[in-house]
Amino acid sequence: MSNFPFLSVLTVAPLVGALVVALLPRRRPELAKQVAFVWSLLVLVLSVLMWITFKVGGDRFQFRESYPWIPNWGVHFTFAADGIALVMLMLIAVLVPLVILASWHDAESSKRSVPIYFALLLVLECTMIGVFAAADVFLFYVFFEVMLVPMYFLIGSYGGHQRQYAAVKFFLYSLVGGLFMLAAVIGLWVVGGKTFDWQALSQVDISTGTERWLFLGFFVAFAIKAPFFPFHTWLPDAGGAAPAGAAALLVGVLDKVGTFGILRYCLPLFPDAAKWFAPWALALALIGIIYAALLAVGQNDLKRLVSYTSIAHFGFIGVGIFAFTTQAGTGAVLYMVNHGLATGLLFLVVGMLIARRGSALISDFGGAGKLVPVLAGVLFFAGLASLALPGTAPFISEFLVLIGAFTVNKPVAVIATLGIILAAAYVLWMVQRTTQGTLNPALTEVDGMRRDLNLREKVVVAPLIALIVLLGFYPKPVTDVINPAVQATMDDIGRTDPAPSVGTVQEASK
Amino acid sequence: MTELKLPSIDYAALAPILIMLGAALVGILVEAFVPRHRRHLVQLSLALLAVLAALTMVVLNADDRLLTAGTAIAVDGPTLFLQGGILVLAAMALLLIGERVVERGGAFVAHAAITAESVEDRRQAESANGATEVYPLTTFAIGGMLIFVAANDLLTMFIALEVFSLPLYLLCALARRRRLLSQEAALKYFMLGAYASAFFLFGVALIYGFTAGTPGRSAGVDFATINAAVSDSPSSRVLLFAGMALLAIGLLFKAAAAPFHVWTPDVYQGAPTPVTGFMAACTKVAAFGALLRVFHVAFAGASWDFTPVLGVVAVLTMLVGAVLAVTQTDIKRLLAYSSIANAGYLLVGVLAPSKDGLSGTMFYLVAYGFSVLAAFAVVTLVRDGDGEATHLSRWAGLGRRSPFYASLFTFILLAFAGIPLTSGFTSKFAVFGPALAEGRAWLVVAGVLTSMVLAFPYLRVVVMMWLSEPGDSTPTVAVPGGLTSAALMIGVVATLVLGVAPAPLLDLATGAAEFVR
Repeated sequence: MSNFPFLSVLTVAPLVGALVVALLPRRRPELAKQVAFVWSLLVLVLSVLMWITFKVGGDRFQFRESYPWIPNWGVHFTFAADGIALVMLMLIAVLVPLVILASWHDAESSKRSVPIYFALLLVLECTMIGVFAAADVFLFYVFFEVMLVPMYFLIGSYGGHQRQYAAVKFFLYSLVGGLFMLAAVIGLWVVGGKTFDWQALSQVDISTGTERWLFLGFFVAFAIKAPFFPFHTWLPDAGGAAPAGAAALLVGVLDKVGTFGILRYCLPLFPDAAKWFAPWALALALIGIIYAALLAVGQNDLKRLVSYTSIAHFGFIGVGIFAFTTQAGTGAVLYMVNHGLATGLLFLVVGMLIARRGSALISDFGGAGKLVPVLAGVLFFAGLASLALPGTAPFISEFLVLIGAFTVNKPVAVIATLGIILAAAYVLWMVQRTTQGTLNPALTEVDGMRRDLNLREKVVVAPLIALIVLLGFYPKPVTDVINPAVQATMDDIGRTDPAPSVGTVQEASK
Repeated sequence: MTELKLPSIDYAALAPILIMLGAALVGILVEAFVPRHRRHLVQLSLALLAVLAALTMVVLNADDRLLTAGTAIAVDGPTLFLQGGILVLAAMALLLIGERVVERGGAFVAHAAITAESVEDRRQAESANGATEVYPLTTFAIGGMLIFVAANDLLTMFIALEVFSLPLYLLCALARRRRLLSQEAALKYFMLGAYASAFFLFGVALIYGFTAGTPGRSAGVDFATINAAVSDSPSSRVLLFAGMALLAIGLLFKAAAAPFHVWTPDVYQGAPTPVTGFMAACTKVAAFGALLRVFHVAFAGASWDFTPVLGVVAVLTMLVGAVLAVTQTDIKRLLAYSSIANAGYLLVGVLAPSKDGLSGTMFYLVAYGFSVLAAFAVVTLVRDGDGEATHLSRWAGLGRRSPFYASLFTFILLAFAGIPLTSGFTSKFAVFGPALAEGRAWLVVAGVLTSMVLAFPYLRVVVMMWLSEPGDSTPTVAVPGGLTSAALMIGVVATLVLGVAPAPLLDLATGAAEFVR
């Protein structure tokens, strides 16, 4: 089984599914939904098989495949996954079917074609899997850019208020970052002796000046994607305008490409520049944590609020990456997964709430828990997970990041801790204003608010809740996969952990 | 009395050129002797057959690397590659020119001599069949372009320049509708083009003077003589630099590079759209083919001197094209500015003096030609009662009315924006890579920055088509005839194939990237 070309099949399969769904007649929307859902389940099954096949403690990169593509430039279709990529692939495979299920009726409110909506979701899945599975810098870049197109149409065609503006802003921001990266990719190709192979490039010695410019080219692209302060302004617009399902994927997975890219490309390929820029990156991450949290407190639009909380969480991930300890790095990767689950859940639940009320404004709610108790409960749970309550999965990752950072840089860890307090403020206040307190009389007149979660919605939220609790108590299966990959990344940049922290890593992961 | 020594002529190597010019002459006879109602079919078939025959000869000559007709014509890798490119693109353009289903009687005026906007003019715009002189004119232009990229001395190059320019001036004036705009465009193009030709000719004279100074060698304007003179002529370098600058002005004018671009938007807008497509694709190939040969063969020794100047021109061209494209409200003008910006990217490739740079530039030329012809093919289809609806506001909601053609156009726009899996991305890589390898990082950075700016106008059109609601004035897309459909599909498929699997054409370009000197 280990010889099965998992990664290429996983990349191509959703694309085939998208073609099938797109070709279904427009008059049969139900059929399109069912086909898309079943197809994404097949991808999930395949991913689970891949997870089982992955040898923990084996080679750093597994499932390597390579086929020539453009020999003139040394471009190959090279796929390979390390532990970091593996967990992200798994996250995608879990989230997409749930998002499809959650978006069952989303496309109907617009006048656009329903099958196309689900086809676009599958195309998005293809590009997301490709971007994490690529081990050829050119191939990575191709997926990185193409990923914009389906997302652009998802936001622009099926989004809510101000969708055009948000879609264009999203596309232009990402494209600008992508073009900076293109310059750096070409530069890397030239200094690397005209190859795009990741492993060959990671062995190349680059002069200090060049290395810093190339690092910047990649870093800007990833910082826009992630997004880090001050490149974040597109996310609240895009997240606010996107349909809830697409927003869950946007924040849950798409943005992780940024942090993943930093771990996979910026650090191992330009280790010295990464160390040189680390203080700046840490500063940006810290500003992001505090600034975005403050903005989140002040939001009156639910989806924008969740978007801002994500920016704050990406600050934590940034701290974890640039602290350069295995602990913090493992925490950062684990955070990427947990954040995908927790914020994905939060976005989906918020989407259900908005679909019922017909408004995303917090001030239009109030006491909703009396009408839809189960939904309110799930929202409360998602909020608690998002503020990293102990017992939920994000707590472990946030804790790892903080203690990992604390061992090497105490001020950073202390400032970052402030973010936890602010997180409690924005989540609890949001929950209070929407679902608790006296009932807003206007709510009782809205038909939708009388329906609590139906079976389909329960099926959507149940796996996410289960995973968040499970990984909150027993993260070992995931950390076991992540740890060696992060260790290898730290070796690439030549950082060894301070002596006492080695013991704590093992303890934390037990 | 000395006997006149005739140069040996390799007719097989010259066959593509001879076929096209011969077909043009036959075309004139057809005009005279074939009954009016049959001419369209005969002329179109003749022109297409000639292109096909010339293309066959180019393929058969593929291994030629020689100078013929004295040293006037060089048949080498770049010549053959670019001739092949011109012929393929010209065939597509001919398909667009020959279309008569989309608009009754075709895109061309029936009697160019009738006063524009008069009663007769309106009558002929309604129903009369378009003039068939466009075919010999186009064929002449193609023939001239084939010589232009093969010319190995400056005089031959000048003659070729005139042979392909004069028919183009005329073609621009022959639009069926909005004739005043079309005639204005033609006049503008002719006046400015004549200036540019004069600059070119003056440059030739100065270069001739420069080569005359070398003892023991006769003066001349063939590239080998110039190249030798650049390295060791005792004449003043001022002659060389002035001559080079004047030559460059003539060539950059045709290539639509800033600051010699001002004619481009007006001419692209006024000319009949199939002719605009022909100019945007084929003229660009021809102009850059000549630029490559002049600067890589004749003036190779002076590359330290011309690189900074041409570099500034390249940056300026990219900037002007990108920034002004943002403000356009007419699709043809937008594509014109985009074509100016693309001339800038091509100049980046010209300034990478390596085999990779040469092959990358040639690849870019052909790939861009396919996309731009497909783009103009779509423009010919979006129309209302008054002809083409080129104002951007009229394209609002087109995606809802005609999703198929809007999707094709979106794909082409994404290619122009350089999104991967389209030829727009691979061709940008093909020129930026070698430029960076040759240490032209500043040009690449300028290219990347302007690409960001340029993405915005493209995206605006996409937004218009898909995300805006259709208004009352949104035209529908005319059902294209077989000819336009064929051209459009060839263009779109080529854009996709060259983006996904560029290796075969790159191989071809790499194998061809060597000038004979």
